[in-house]
Amino acid sequence: MVQLTINGIKVNAEEGMTILDAAKSVGISIPTLCHIKNLEPTGACRICAVEVDGMKGLTPSCAYPVQEGIIVETNSPRVRKARKTIVELLVENHPQDCLICVRNKNCELQDLSEQYGIREHRFVGETKSHAIDISSASMERDPAKCILCGRCVRVCHEVQNIGAIDFTNRGFSSIVTTPYNKGLNVSDCILCGQCILVCPTAALREKSNIKAVATALYDRKKYCIVQIAPAVRASIGEEYNMPLGTDVTGLLVTGLRRLGFKKVFDTNFAADLTIMEEATELINRVKNGGALPMFTSCCPGWVKYVEMNRPEVLDHISSCKSPHEMEGAVLKTYYAKKMGIDPNDMFVVSIMPCTVKKYESERPELKEDIMPDVDAVLTTRELVRFFKIAGIDFNDLPQDQFDNPLGESTGAAAIFGTSGGVMEAALRTAYFKLTGKELENVEFEEIRGMDGVKEASIPIGDMTVNIAVVNGIGNVKPILDQVQSGTSKHHFVEVMACPGGCINGGGQPIHQKPEKVMKRVKVLYQIDSTAKNRSSHENESVKTLYKEFFGEPNSHKAHEILHTEYFDKKKLLRS
Amino acid sequence: MRNLLGLCCEKCWHSPEKACEHFIQCCSEGPLCHHDQECIDNIKLLKKQLRYEEHDKPIIIVGMGTCGLASGAGKVKDAIEAELKKLNIEAIIEGTGCIGYCAVEPIVDIKLPGKDRVSYCEITVKEVSRFIQTTIVEGKIYKERLLGAHGNTDPDVKQIDKDPFFEHQLKIVLANCGIVNPTSIDTYLSFDGFKALDKVLRLMKPEDVVKEVIDAGLRGRGGGGFPTGKKWEMAMKEKADQKYIVCNADEGDPGAFMDRSLLESDPFRVIEGIMIGGYAIGATVAYIYCRAEYPLAIERLQNSIDLCKQYGLLGKNILNHGFDFEIKIKKGAGAFVCGEETALMGSIEGKRGMPKPRPPYPTKSGLFGKPTVINNVETFANVTSIILMGYKKYSSVGTATSKGTKVFALSGNIKNTGLVEIPMGITLRDVVFKIGGGIPDNKEFKAVQIGGPSGGCLPESVIDTPVDYESLKEVGAMMGSGGFVVMDQETCMVDVAKYFLTFIQEESCGKCVPCREGTKRMLEIIERIPKSYKNNGDKMSQLQRFKGIVHLQRLADVIKDTSLCGLGQSAPNPVLSGLKYFKHEYEEHLYERKCSAGVCKELLTFEINNEICTGCGLCVKVCAPGAIVGEKGQAHYVVEDKCIQCGMCFETCRLDAINVN
Repeated sequence: MVQLTINGIKVNAEEGMTILDAAKSVGISIPTLCHIKNLEPTGACRICAVEVDGMKGLTPSCAYPVQEGIIVETNSPRVRKARKTIVELLVENHPQDCLICVRNKNCELQDLSEQYGIREHRFVGETKSHAIDISSASMERDPAKCILCGRCVRVCHEVQNIGAIDFTNRGFSSIVTTPYNKGLNVSDCILCGQCILVCPTAALREKSNIKAVATALYDRKKYCIVQIAPAVRASIGEEYNMPLGTDVTGLLVTGLRRLGFKKVFDTNFAADLTIMEEATELINRVKNGGALPMFTSCCPGWVKYVEMNRPEVLDHISSCKSPHEMEGAVLKTYYAKKMGIDPNDMFVVSIMPCTVKKYESERPELKEDIMPDVDAVLTTRELVRFFKIAGIDFNDLPQDQFDNPLGESTGAAAIFGTSGGVMEAALRTAYFKLTGKELENVEFEEIRGMDGVKEASIPIGDMTVNIAVVNGIGNVKPILDQVQSGTSKHHFVEVMACPGGCINGGGQPIHQKPEKVMKRVKVLYQIDSTAKNRSSHENESVKTLYKEFFGEPNSHKAHEILHTEYFDKKKLLRS
Repeated sequence: MRNLLGLCCEKCWHSPEKACEHFIQCCSEGPLCHHDQECIDNIKLLKKQLRYEEHDKPIIIVGMGTCGLASGAGKVKDAIEAELKKLNIEAIIEGTGCIGYCAVEPIVDIKLPGKDRVSYCEITVKEVSRFIQTTIVEGKIYKERLLGAHGNTDPDVKQIDKDPFFEHQLKIVLANCGIVNPTSIDTYLSFDGFKALDKVLRLMKPEDVVKEVIDAGLRGRGGGGFPTGKKWEMAMKEKADQKYIVCNADEGDPGAFMDRSLLESDPFRVIEGIMIGGYAIGATVAYIYCRAEYPLAIERLQNSIDLCKQYGLLGKNILNHGFDFEIKIKKGAGAFVCGEETALMGSIEGKRGMPKPRPPYPTKSGLFGKPTVINNVETFANVTSIILMGYKKYSSVGTATSKGTKVFALSGNIKNTGLVEIPMGITLRDVVFKIGGGIPDNKEFKAVQIGGPSGGCLPESVIDTPVDYESLKEVGAMMGSGGFVVMDQETCMVDVAKYFLTFIQEESCGKCVPCREGTKRMLEIIERIPKSYKNNGDKMSQLQRFKGIVHLQRLADVIKDTSLCGLGQSAPNPVLSGLKYFKHEYEEHLYERKCSAGVCKELLTFEINNEICTGCGLCVKVCAPGAIVGEKGQAHYVVEDKCIQCGMCFETCRLDAINVN
């Protein structure tokens, strides 16, 4: 233990702790901008600089470890002058259009400017000007609004291990961009949106599809249907100041109905459907010598990653479409027929925690006969904006329930939104299919949690199934290397590009409150543990769907409608 | 006997694969393993030949440093060779490095058998035949280009040591520069080369080496002035499976060329110092980070490394002491910020050169996460000298807190531009006027800029400041790496500040806010000062002009206080020292819109003296905006509003009728 003095208060801190954390432990908060928890401090923004007696200049509290007996001042006139000037310098080189900016009222630069009482333009001069990159289907890059904190670069390089963007040029011309400043669509970017989650301003944001959805909703000819991903219900409440980890499913359904959707369905239904198809596919491969290990395919960021970097491994990925695409496909075939609606008049909207889903919904192979399975994808954040425009007061809504038949789901479907959830759901059904018996304990603790790669060997009947769960695309390399060198011992691998799974997707509410991931995950496990049916094969509506339409999993019809293909996109980068 | 590697006879078996620990000793006192008078005589003779002491043919030595080459030394050498061929005279022609008197290059030395070596300066191609005729054929002194003799055998010939440029210098680190052939390892060995390394490996433990450097009081010569021995001690104490030692040869300061000269003229000395440092801290791999803009230095370094390998002085089990060492050269890629040690290490690791916060300090976790020591080229060269002469003798030079000598690169408005090595403690006045020879063209001294973009401009009022780390800091400058730019009355201090701030802004890596944004704003404020009222735009920008000055101090304070690395922390120095010592000049620019030095173009006014002007109309023809009016034969007149201060009229007028204020 080390004792130091901060603002006259004696603080006991552990060795190796930074001044920043030591101050926090006694309720003294120091502002930061470039700091990311759990990553090495980079000392770039200098806003956390504090006065340490005896040291020349101000010291970055995020990087300096506590020393015995040092005297620290976090709020002296010298510190305040420095902090204010730094914020002023940032504000000065920033477009002054808060009023028309998507991050108005949720912007860290706004917060700092307000907190430190910036009231004048002291240093007027040149401001940077860069073009906006709108090349990708999911995200926009606006370097003019970038304050070069470097958080996006670090997340992309150090967490996701991709490095699609980096600092380029020097001095005032510094810019965070792709190699040669080309569009995101021809870069290494997989559109996971983790960078958006850490961007303090609007320099990184998703592409908005609200207009298309609004237009369809007010088109009398269109039959608008909406589906919600499991992760959305666990997190959208945060945008309405509800405590972290509030399940708002009932409110969401009401809100969506009031927006004008004719039917409000649950993506969880299709999650159960996906498990039926995928478990069958896996058992087939195991029995008949197909490509093993099989990888899940519900994460489009993961699929894009393989297409761009390891197309040789594409045949290992399950051919199942992702749940929301399956749901859209079922809606435009089975449901349209059943209800007598022309599928061309159907407009299917998915509310997703994910930015890549926008890219996914526009993939040409998912547009059956020029008719997309899903017409538009809105992120959790976009839905909130839409609710605001439509004057829907979320906090005061009555509860409601999903429509049927695509509203029924099991506990297994709910946990799709977290890392390890898809694997657990698949195991529950695979066990039943192989042994004819139900699992005694359907919860697999060993594949829950935030570890980068979770492995287990599960005895199923007289087989031992070796599984792995990859949490975050940054951890996938060793698994892929094993597959390519032929040394992999796994049968089935789940990969989620976003650390933590979909509940931490690029489309989720943006804030830096700690425990946001754990609290959201808890909601999903809660839904699972209290569900009437906990395994996908128990979903009655899914059973009916097979009876009335597909016959059985992996049937020819199922393959036509519920399965897809992948392409080698490596040459995209070589151009 | 061709070279010292073969040594005397087959009895000597030293090779890189099988090292003999006596190799270096034998080079000077040998042979040690067997007694043979013929061998002893052979070694003595070879050494004398390498030192130009024993020869029957004339030796001609041409200064071939970058300074010499830039002045035409290459062509002079070719002309000499051609002349000798024409006259059918056999002579030995060698190249050497830079002796420091760059103002008078090309320098050619003539060494006749039995006579002192004589240096001649400013030799041109045209006079080569007369030069050769006088010195080689007639064996006389070529008086019109005489610089001095290296010795006093002939009392009629001026000694080079008495030349005021050299008289006040103390050559320790630069002792071999311009004297020896820098591409020959045998020459280096014959000038006590590698004796220090031999002493260290044979007689000293790493702790002893560290103590010697601490006791010598050596401080980092790259500008920081951190006690070198202390840095080594910290790294030595760390336990790790791999340690690194890095030589910072990035030398990015504009106007600095000390390291370049040292690397071109005496690369082996630097390499020896690096090896001694590596031994002391326990490193087995060294990197020399040399800027790509120094191709000759890189070439000389690579050549030296290759020769060392051949002679078993780099590689495994050096001199049979179990000491493994290898040196790699990493070229810079044009970034001033990569002279900062954490950015430099990032660059070696293949990343973008951006500084990192310290702690952790490089001695604990540096290159590739291992304990690393980074020192400047000149620091390493000093290490070799310290081991050779011992700490007592070394620390007898200099002041109480700044021991030894410092190499400075004199440039700017000074007669004797070049490289000088001075003992710490002599005054700036002595450097400028005694060694530097004063200001050319009878102009007046205005200021001296020390330390490059990190340093400050010191005026006449503090010219008696002694050159040492503390004294310079006290007057608002810093030692820096050795840049020493002298300015005369025709230099504008606002312009100087603008120059350095522009440089800093272009070189800022962009990582931290105060440097990236702050220096840009400081530059904009300074740029607005020398603006003509015509270009000042609306009331808003005129207001900005004054507002900027008000906020300049605050901005400078914050940039100094919060920047991540030395580049940013010292960026405001040119402005701050300018405001400290030349405030009147800034005020003159700001309030009177006048530039006394005549530099800031927009503030100049061009006036025609109507008593001299004959109305010839030549200036009218070259005036692009048509600002000169007048009738033919009558005195003309400059319309100030239209004048763009291009200066064409001033240059065209044959009667000097145009005055520039």
